[in-house]
Amino acid sequence: MSESLPYKIVIGLEVHVQLATKTKLFCRCSTEYGNAPNTQTCPVCLAMPGAMPVMNREAFQLGMRTACALDLQIPLFTKWDRKNYYYPDLPKGYQISQFDLPMSEKGTLYISDPKGRFEPKDVGIIRAHLEEDAGKSMHDEANGKADSRIDLNRCGTPLLEIVSEPDMSSPEEAKAYLEELKLILSYLGVSDCNMQEGSLRVDANINLHIETKNGKIATPIVEIKNMNSFRAVERALHYEAPRQYDIWQETGGVIGEISKETRGWDDSAQVTRAQREKEDMSDYRYFPEPDLAPVTVTEAQIAEVKASLSELPQQIRKRLQADYKISEYDAEVIVNQGQATVDYYEALVSKVNDGKLAANWITQGVLRILKEQQIEIDAFPITTDRLADLLSAVQNKEIDTTRAKDVFEKLLESETSVADMMKEMGIEKVDDSAIDSLCRELLEANPKVVADLKAGKQQAVGSLIGQAKKKNPNIDPGSFRKLCLEIVQSM
Amino acid sequence: MSLIQLTATDLLKKLSAGEVTSVEVTQAFLDQIESADKQVGAFLSVTKDSALEQAADVDSRRKAGKPVGLLGGVPVAIKDLLCTKGQVTTCASKMLENFIPPYDATVVRKIREADGVLIGKTNMDEFAMGGSTENSALGKTSNPWNLDCVPGGSSGGAAACVAASMAPLSIGTDTGGSIRQPAGFCGVTGLKPTYGRVSRFGLIAFASSLDQIGPMARTAEDAALLLEAISGHDPMDSTSANVASPQFSQTVGKPLEGLRIGLVKEHFGDGLDSEVEATVREAVKVYQSLGATISDVSLPHNKYAIATYYIIAPSEASSNLARYDGVHYGHRCDEKQMIEQLAAEKKAFEESGDEEGLRNMDTSLVRMYRQSRAEGLGPEVKRRIMLGTYTLSAGYYDAYYLKALKVRRLIRQDYDTAFKEVDLIVGPTTPSTAFKTGAKTDDPLSMYLEDLYTVSANLAGVGGISIPCGFSTTGMPIGLQLQAPPLAEEKLLQASHMFQQATDWHTRRPELS
Ligand SMILES: [Zn+2]
Repeated sequence: MSESLPYKIVIGLEVHVQLATKTKLFCRCSTEYGNAPNTQTCPVCLAMPGAMPVMNREAFQLGMRTACALDLQIPLFTKWDRKNYYYPDLPKGYQISQFDLPMSEKGTLYISDPKGRFEPKDVGIIRAHLEEDAGKSMHDEANGKADSRIDLNRCGTPLLEIVSEPDMSSPEEAKAYLEELKLILSYLGVSDCNMQEGSLRVDANINLHIETKNGKIATPIVEIKNMNSFRAVERALHYEAPRQYDIWQETGGVIGEISKETRGWDDSAQVTRAQREKEDMSDYRYFPEPDLAPVTVTEAQIAEVKASLSELPQQIRKRLQADYKISEYDAEVIVNQGQATVDYYEALVSKVNDGKLAANWITQGVLRILKEQQIEIDAFPITTDRLADLLSAVQNKEIDTTRAKDVFEKLLESETSVADMMKEMGIEKVDDSAIDSLCRELLEANPKVVADLKAGKQQAVGSLIGQAKKKNPNIDPGSFRKLCLEIVQSM
Repeated sequence: MSLIQLTATDLLKKLSAGEVTSVEVTQAFLDQIESADKQVGAFLSVTKDSALEQAADVDSRRKAGKPVGLLGGVPVAIKDLLCTKGQVTTCASKMLENFIPPYDATVVRKIREADGVLIGKTNMDEFAMGGSTENSALGKTSNPWNLDCVPGGSSGGAAACVAASMAPLSIGTDTGGSIRQPAGFCGVTGLKPTYGRVSRFGLIAFASSLDQIGPMARTAEDAALLLEAISGHDPMDSTSANVASPQFSQTVGKPLEGLRIGLVKEHFGDGLDSEVEATVREAVKVYQSLGATISDVSLPHNKYAIATYYIIAPSEASSNLARYDGVHYGHRCDEKQMIEQLAAEKKAFEESGDEEGLRNMDTSLVRMYRQSRAEGLGPEVKRRIMLGTYTLSAGYYDAYYLKALKVRRLIRQDYDTAFKEVDLIVGPTTPSTAFKTGAKTDDPLSMYLEDLYTVSANLAGVGGISIPCGFSTTGMPIGLQLQAPPLAEEKLLQASHMFQQATDWHTRRPELS
C-alpha cells in the first residue's frame, strides 16, 4: 500500500422534517403519531379514484417561517410537481413534491463549536421545499411468511426537505449543523423534531477530495441512509470517509466514472452497507401537478412572516453573553436546551442579579437533574422563585455552596420554601462572634497548625475547617478561613 | 306525446303543474331502458330502486308544498367515470369492475341536491380513452341511429341514452372531445364547459388538466338547466374557478343581438367529409338569417393540436392511472398462481444456469404490479400509459412534454386573438359522421384524428358545444360545434338555442324496433 495522501471530507445533508400541522398537507386527516394503523385516512390520502388534493395553508406558512429563519429566499411563485414511482406505501403512485420551482432557496446556517474542534462557518442551504410523506411499510417475515403491512396514517403528512450545500468538512461539523438546525426548528415551533418517531430524518452525501501527485481528485458520492440519531450520523460519516479512501486506493474510481451509490448505516455492526436500489427509482418522471393551483406569495406576506419570527438561537446566545456576562460555553449550553430553559435562566437572573451564578446553577445543577430524571424543564420541581431564594442565601453567606447543594437536592422532593427547608435542616447563619470564638478555640487546641500557618503553609488551615464543620455544620468555610488567617497573623 | 319524448324543460313544467309525478316520469324512462337498452347498450348499471325512491321523495315534498330543487324530479344518467356513493363506479374497466366509492362526486352530489333522479351509469371508453366507446371492457354501445355504427366516445353511453330517449338529461366528460363528438354522432346537444367551471372532484381522472364534466341533453335549454345545477366553485377542487355561476336556465332564451361568428379556415380543409361541410355551411346560413355576421378566423396552431394533446393527455394519464396497481383496491392478480409461476421461472433459470435471467427476475411485488395491471387494463389504456411514461422520461421530457406545454400556450393565444374579432367560433364537430363498429379499431391514429376539431378547446381551456345541424344521406346525424371564450357558456347556450328555435334537427329521434 502506498503512503497515505491528505484528503478533505465533503459532506452535504438532506433533512426531512415533518411540520407540526394538525392536519395533513392535502387533506384534513390528523397527523397525530402512534394511533392504530389506517385510522387517520380519507379518500384523498388513500388515493381513492376521483379524490383531489387541497393544499393546507398552515403547512405552507410553517414552511415560510422555516425558510425565513434559514435566510432562504422565498419566490413569489411556486408550484407543485408529481414525483412518480411505485411503492406500496405510496398509494397514488406518485408523491406531490416540488421540483424546479421550490418554495425557498439559497440560505445559510451558522455553525460553531465552543469546544473549538472546528472553525465557525456558514453552511449554505440550497433549497427547502414542501412535499407529502409516504405511509409506512412493515415487513412481517415471521413464520416464514413474507407479508407486508401498510399503515397510511403518515401518508400525506407535510414534510419540509432541507438540502444543504456540500459545505461540511467533518462529521463533527455535520453533527453541529444538524443540532443547530433542530434547535432552530424547535425554537420556531414548526416541528417536534423527534427522530425516534421519524419526524426528523437525515440522509448524508459524502465524498473525498484527495490531493495526489497529479492534482486533486474527487471520489464518487455516496448517500448514506438509515441513520436514526445525530450520533449515528456522526459515526456513519466517520466510518465512511476512510472506507472511501481505501476503496479509491484499491480501484482508483473517481466521481463521474462511477455513479452515486446508496449505502445504509447498520447501527449494530457500525458499518455502512450497499443498498439495493428500489426498482425503477432512477427516473421519477417529474411533471407539474395538474390538480393543484400554483402558490403565489406577496412581499407583504413574507415581511409579515419575518416580523413574526421570535429570536433565534444564535441571536439569543449573543445577547446572553452581552447582557449577563456569561461565557460562550454557558450561553451555548443554556440556549441549546431550548426556549423554556432560556426563559428559566432569564427569570432566575432577574431575581438574583448575577448572570454567572445563575448560569452555574443551571448548567451544573438544574440540567444535571433534568438529564438524570429524563424530564423537561417545564416539569422541573424547583421554580425560579425558590431557586432564587436559595441563591440569595448563598449570596448573603447564610449558607455555603456545599450545603446549598444539599438544600437543592431536598427541594427537589418537596414544595417547602427555602427558608423552611434550611430551618428543617438546621441551617442558620452563624454570627461573627461565634465564628471568632470557635476559631480561637481550635487554634489553641492545634499549636502545630498555628506554627505551620506562621511558616506560610496556608493549606494547613484546611484541617481546622474540617474540625469546625464537625462542631458546627453551619459554619461558612470562607469566613472561618479568613478569620483564622487574620488571627494567626495578629499573633 | 309520451313522457319520454319530452324535453327536461317540458317535463319540469308538467311536474310542477302537478300533471305528472316524478315516479311516473322515472318509471317511463326505466321502461324505455328496459325495452331499448338491449339494442343500444348505453347503461352499465341501472339504479331502478334508488331512482324510484328518490322520485317518490321529490313527489312527496312537492305535494306537501315543500321546496323542490332545480331538476325537480327529472331523471339524469351519469357517465360511469363519476363516483356515486355506494354504487359501483367502473370507468368501464376490469380494473374497477367492483369499485364502490364511499363518496359522491361533487357533480353527483349537486344533482342529488337539485332533485335530479339518478337513473343509472352509462358506458364509455375505458377510463374515457377513446372516441367510439369500443374500448369499454364491460359492454358494447351502439348508435341508436344505426346499430351497426359507434355512438362516438368516450361519452358514448351518455349520448346514446339521450338519443334513444332513455334519459332526458345525462352527464358526460370531455378531455379531447368526449362530450361533443358523441353528441354529434348521436344527434344530441352536448356542452363542454370552460375548464374550471364545473368541479372535477369525484371525477376519476384521465388527464387532469384537460378533463371537464358537462351536460348532454336534447336541447340547449335542457343543457342550460343541467349546467346550472352542476356548475360553481368547489373548495374540494383547487382548479375549479372561483367565480359566480350564472343562472343559465334563465338566460338561455335571450337571443343574441349582433352576433359575430368566426369560421375557422383550418376546420374546412383536408379530411373534412363534403356532406358534413355542406351541412355545416347551411347551418352557418341559418345564423346569417338570424342576423349574425360571418367572418373567417385562423387558429394557425390547430394543426399541432392532436400531437400536443397526445403528449399531454397520456403523460397525465400515465401518472393518474399509476394508483391502479393492485395494492390498495381494484383488480389484483391471483397471487398464489403468480407466486408459483415465479418459483417455476426461478427454477428454470437455476437449472439452465442463467445468471442474468436470475438477476433480472421480478420481485414478487413487481410481478404483482405487472400482472395485475396487465390483466386489469385494456389495450388502449396501456398504449396511452406507455406513451405518457415515455414522454415524461428523463431525456425526452424537454423534447415532448415541455414542448407540448409551449404549443398549448400558443393554441390558447390563437383563441385569444380570434376572440378579439368574433364572439363565437363555428364549425363541424367532427370530420365525418359516425363510423361502423370495428372500422377504426386497428388504426388508433385515424381514431385520434376524430378529435381534430375538438381537442383545441380542451388544450385552451375554453368552452364548446355540439348541436345537431342535419343528417347525412345515410341518415346519420351531423354536429355543429360552437366555441366561446372562457366562461362564456351563456353565449354558447343562447346561440345554440337561437339555432334550435329556427331548426328542428334536435327534435328528430331514431326509430328503434
Ligand atoms: Zn386524508
